[in-house]
Amino acid sequence: MIESFKKVKIEVRALNVWFYKKHVLKDISMRFRTNGVTSIMGPSGCGKTTLIRSLNRMNEVLKGSRTEGEVLVDGENVYDSDIDVFELRRRVGMVFQKPNPFPKSIFENVAFGLRIQGMNERDQLEERIMVSLRRAGLWDEVKDRMDESALTLSGGQQQRLCIARALAVEPEVILMDEPTSALDPAATARIETLIRELAKDYTVVIVTHNMQQAARVSDLTAFLYIGELIEYSPTPDIFENPQNVLTEKYITGEFG
Amino acid sequence: MRSPKRLGEKIIERLLLLSALVSILLVALIFLFLFREGLPAFAEIPLLSFLTGETWQPVAEEPKYGILPLLSGTMLVTIGAVGVAVPLGISTALYLSEVAGSREKEILKPFIELLAGVPSVVYGFVALTVLATAVQTLFGNTFRLNALNGSLVLAVMILPTIVSIAEDALSAVPMEYKEAAWALGASRWETLRRVVLPAASSGVFIGVILGIGRAVGETMAVLMATGNSPVVTADFFRSIETMTAAIAIEMGEVVHGSVHYSALFAIGLVLFAITFVINLAADAFVERSVRRFKR
Amino acid sequence: MNKRSKETLFFQILRLGTYVTVSTVVALLAYLVYMGSDMLSFSFVTSFPREGMTAGGIYPAVVGTLYLMALVLLLSLPLGVAAAVYLSEYAGERESRLVKIIRIATANLAGVPSIVYGLLGLGLFVLFLGFGFSLLSASLTLSLLTLPVIITASVEALKTVPHSYREAALALGATKWQTTKRVVFPHALPGILTASIIGLSRAAGETAPIMMTGVAYFLSGLPQSVIDQFMALPFHIFALSTQSPNPDLTRPIQFGAVLVLLLLVLSMNLVAILLRTYYRRRLS
Repeated sequence: MIESFKKVKIEVRALNVWFYKKHVLKDISMRFRTNGVTSIMGPSGCGKTTLIRSLNRMNEVLKGSRTEGEVLVDGENVYDSDIDVFELRRRVGMVFQKPNPFPKSIFENVAFGLRIQGMNERDQLEERIMVSLRRAGLWDEVKDRMDESALTLSGGQQQRLCIARALAVEPEVILMDEPTSALDPAATARIETLIRELAKDYTVVIVTHNMQQAARVSDLTAFLYIGELIEYSPTPDIFENPQNVLTEKYITGEFG
Repeated sequence: MRSPKRLGEKIIERLLLLSALVSILLVALIFLFLFREGLPAFAEIPLLSFLTGETWQPVAEEPKYGILPLLSGTMLVTIGAVGVAVPLGISTALYLSEVAGSREKEILKPFIELLAGVPSVVYGFVALTVLATAVQTLFGNTFRLNALNGSLVLAVMILPTIVSIAEDALSAVPMEYKEAAWALGASRWETLRRVVLPAASSGVFIGVILGIGRAVGETMAVLMATGNSPVVTADFFRSIETMTAAIAIEMGEVVHGSVHYSALFAIGLVLFAITFVINLAADAFVERSVRRFKR
Repeated sequence: MNKRSKETLFFQILRLGTYVTVSTVVALLAYLVYMGSDMLSFSFVTSFPREGMTAGGIYPAVVGTLYLMALVLLLSLPLGVAAAVYLSEYAGERESRLVKIIRIATANLAGVPSIVYGLLGLGLFVLFLGFGFSLLSASLTLSLLTLPVIITASVEALKTVPHSYREAALALGATKWQTTKRVVFPHALPGILTASIIGLSRAAGETAPIMMTGVAYFLSGLPQSVIDQFMALPFHIFALSTQSPNPDLTRPIQFGAVLVLLLLVLSMNLVAILLRTYYRRRLS
């Protein structure tokens, strides 16, 4: 029991989220294992994006959101009133569906998270940035053009840049919202390999509407349907032996 | 992850809020000072005779403070200006949004915007020198500076306002509406008339309303163009005086605290009220057109 | 007449209307340039008026206008941009009653006639606060007038910054101010600059408000401090053409002054428009 508790990085308890009148997430309770990849899948509109955005309180950025319930990161409820939400977001990083580098140089993009922490020494920054870019598998491609605009990179490169940017602040969790849906197959494959790499040191939670991706990349898979958690098991089990009839229908493609 | 309360952030937010509150403060100040300096006038002048009196002669032996001539003067030049600027402005807006090529547009649009930057005193100067002579040569009128002069120069001044707002409204009409009409066999002109213009009507109307507001509030151009003779008349060839001109000319000559002084502020109050109402009307139309296009 | 030719006719009428308007204005401007260019010279702009304004230059008026512009820039830009940042970045979430009222107030202030601002300036700055007829009163008044313009245009500029940039910054743990300062504001800066230039050029051309707060027709020297009175281009033009004993004699100077003012204002507007076009192209 203690063993399994130690391995839980994030625990979600009775999470309910509304956007205006719409009840988007209904009473979600689940645990995310430390390190490894957990994927969340389901048809469009099932609430998967809302779920991961609840983990770093990014839902609050959107108008009309209301949250009830608890999200515990390392045992602390991040919705408590005296939690530093900015520190939370440093520890729980996020990569978005459409790569969104800043209109700045490659260097400044990765440096951003460090600068807002107060790190401004060039050598310190260079060191951390190089490490992050290496981890994201982008270093060799950009090391000679660090001062060029990030917008000159290809889609796949931009997404890896966003990953490097998130890694630079040394998070413990990385949330990814459909990270490859805007990319071509080659770029997608590279990022999937990267995700498996990152899983060794980080807790990765990935939202995907691509079942094959979930099957390829994750250790545990959760299936969401209209705001409810339907099934949550180790990946091979959920695909080969779904317990719930809805899960089975989704896997066999009966609904999108 | 428990935090020190991030005091810096809170302070910054408060400071920014204070800056934003200045707008409200400003409106309040305008009301406040117009009332403060203008209200004393009504201790001496009955409100009704102020608003409806046909004679404005504050420096006569027996001063008369009726602002009807000024109201009528403002109205006359505004009507004249609108009469010229609206057809011209809407035609230009139609031309720009529907007919003109992108090259043409690239030159014309900035040009019209540039026009909006010409100071009113320059327009006034033109009206005083060139325009008045031209009008007199054309029509042979007795009064060189008159309401027509004022109307024409005002028309040019409010044109950019009408054109840019109307053009924006016309361009915002979704392509789907136009395509539907064309698919039914309508010509481009018919589509313009029957589909585009009605759909953009709120926007165009807003442009016109704001143009009217500008015309009513204009000072220097009409001051230099209309001859400044306070009479109630509908004759465009006579000299008239607007509310704005009266304030501008006479304020330099009044004694602080006198009835005349307060009366001028009182005119300012009336002027402010009128433009305020015009702006509220425009706001109401903005609400309407936003609701219309909400999917 | 069939549909096609009817359409062409109407379109030609539209074209005619447009170009008649445009050419009239172009003709007028050309006329002003023609009439004023004789007077235009370095000495015209840098010498004092002589012989009852019938000779000499317009130096004090030019200086006065420049002083006014500098003061208005100082007073209205920081305040206006701060207000815009609040309205765009901080107020977005809770559209409270207060924020709604601020927006309505700002929108309506833009439509207030400049002479009403003049009356406010007279009542508030000249009399109530006791600044008297001075550069201070006039520039404060013009700043109030320019404020709504800067606020509205800056809010527009800030709105064009893509939301994804803000999300990216927030997800990295940036606070709202850090996001605004490091990501949103730099991106919106060209638009804000454009807005300021246009607002400033409007202030430079205003006559009525400064008439009521301190501009003078003739002063023997330049203003030495903000409490002094001053001369200014727009008022100089007005006074020369309507108040001088013999306007015909000063006519050439009038045309010269008009041209100088036009060049000043129009070049500022042109720079602003070019800036905007350049940055729009660069960002797309």
